[in-house]
Amino acid sequence: MASTDTVSRASRLPASGWLESLLAGLGLRGRTLVIAIPFFWLLLFFFIPFLIVLWVSTSFIVIAQPPYTHACPDGGTFCLNISESYGRLFEDPLYYKAYLNSLLVAAVSTVICLLIGYPMAYGMARCSHSTRNILLMLIILPFWTSFLIRVYAWIGLLKNNGLINSALLAIDDWLTATIGLDLIDGPISMMNTNFAVYVGIVYSYLPFMILPLYANLEKMDISLLEAATDLGCKPLKAFFLITVPLSFPGIVAGSMLVFIPAVGEYVIPELLGGPSSLMIGRVLVNEFFSNRDWPTACAVAVAILLALVVPLMIYQKFQDKELEKEA
Amino acid sequence: MTNRLSWVVIVWMIAVFAFLYAPIVSVVVYSFNDSKLVTVWGGFTPDRWYIALWNDRQIIDAAKLSLLIAAVSSTLATILGIIAGYVLVRFPKFLGRTAFSGMVNAPLVMPEVITGLSMLLLFIMLQPIIGGRGLITVVIAHVTFTLSYIAVVMRSRFLTLDLSLEEAAQDLGAKPLKVFFVITLPIVLPAIVSGWLLGFTISLDDLVITAFTNGPGTTTLPQVVFSKVRLGLDPKINALATIIIGIVSVGVMFAIIHMRSSERRRQMDEQMAIRAIAAQT
Repeated sequence: MASTDTVSRASRLPASGWLESLLAGLGLRGRTLVIAIPFFWLLLFFFIPFLIVLWVSTSFIVIAQPPYTHACPDGGTFCLNISESYGRLFEDPLYYKAYLNSLLVAAVSTVICLLIGYPMAYGMARCSHSTRNILLMLIILPFWTSFLIRVYAWIGLLKNNGLINSALLAIDDWLTATIGLDLIDGPISMMNTNFAVYVGIVYSYLPFMILPLYANLEKMDISLLEAATDLGCKPLKAFFLITVPLSFPGIVAGSMLVFIPAVGEYVIPELLGGPSSLMIGRVLVNEFFSNRDWPTACAVAVAILLALVVPLMIYQKFQDKELEKEA
Repeated sequence: MTNRLSWVVIVWMIAVFAFLYAPIVSVVVYSFNDSKLVTVWGGFTPDRWYIALWNDRQIIDAAKLSLLIAAVSSTLATILGIIAGYVLVRFPKFLGRTAFSGMVNAPLVMPEVITGLSMLLLFIMLQPIIGGRGLITVVIAHVTFTLSYIAVVMRSRFLTLDLSLEEAAQDLGAKPLKVFFVITLPIVLPAIVSGWLLGFTISLDDLVITAFTNGPGTTTLPQVVFSKVRLGLDPKINALATIIIGIVSVGVMFAIIHMRSSERRRQMDEQMAIRAIAAQT
């Protein structure tokens, strides 16, 4: 492979030419500058904002612009307020129920994505080369079309007078007319339920599960399975004893790609879910925009991040491992 | 166990593709429905909703704005993403590398509500410097989260890049910066193009982060779509969706055909260059 020693060879290449001499006076080497540009962009616009969230989550709500302050209610100049914003998360069932519900919905959706996606990725990886590329393109294509429009599409399918109910009622009418079997009395309400939220999340995030699984299964050494079969192992047993354990990194990567963003999902529960399908992303947006309670919105954000620290670390570890493996 | 697939797996794959494409097909079909009620078929109309869409100033203006934001932010993000991907592959050790790779990877999965909220708070703090929220803050936000996607694309391209050409150029006396612009960048150009397109699409599609970071007067297309969809189904949205799906399908197919042929050409060029270098030495 061309990249076997990319890293070691790359480190031998000097990093920059005229920039080096230009910046030598400033004590900066070209290499440092190259790293510094994206580094400081991300530091300023991605990392530091989290610290501000943490900072605002410890403030008092005031009617002002911006609507938070660290001034003490009794007139002091500086106080930290943790009890109010964070306390609310524990006391008001609205918050902790939405929080737990989000974790549950994200976890269940991840499992469903895995159950649907695994056989799919497995089948794709076992296809011929040319078929594989076409199937891969078909998986990626919906990802390039608008996410919002794909969620919108489900409204038309799931509504009471939507396509699925129309089809079900037509089948039911036909069954009633022919063999007298009446299964449903009217349309099944699916919109504005938790079911619709699950459908939306599984639908939107399924490609994120399939792609890492496929990348992993595609690289798998088939001869291992052949060896197992030669030694008398049944195909199904070989699948669970060899294929599944070997694809574990793909399972982890796919699961993290689905679980982490799904926890904070806002658009899907907002459009497909009903008032009962409370998810924490929705609570955050409502606190921030409708109630203008910034400290609580920030405390909610910190709480979501706390739940995601471990999954994020697993995901990061996986990304680094992939990089090492390739290099 | 050979390459033969069990029929169970094949049926499963067909079912999954049906699941993935049924909603998209239904949206396209109902954009040609001659009825105000999106889910009731009222006969075929080729253009009723497309004309209505064209006459909807709000949607057209928002679409123009979104295209502008997507083009500008994806271009900036591509520049930063190329550098970030290059740094991740070529500089294996530097102070803060773990933090850097974490900051590149995290925006890919970070729930948008959190990214949006945190950036808004930053922009409010920076208000004395950058002014109120508007086009600039939206672009900064879009650059920040699309740059991660582009960095990942560039990273995997740089990983599989054959170093011998760069080394050859350097041996022949080219300065490192010249090597980068004359040798490295042209080789990875297809990846840059697909990275830019990916960034463009993601920026064009973003709702949540935009909602946090924009000001009055910069209403983007997803925001208009979202507010309309909230009120119920709208055949104009079906027409808009069909246009987007059409452009994307054609674009992706073109990109794949082009990338395949340019990949072949690139390999031939590389071989010829290697032969030429070998002949010189």
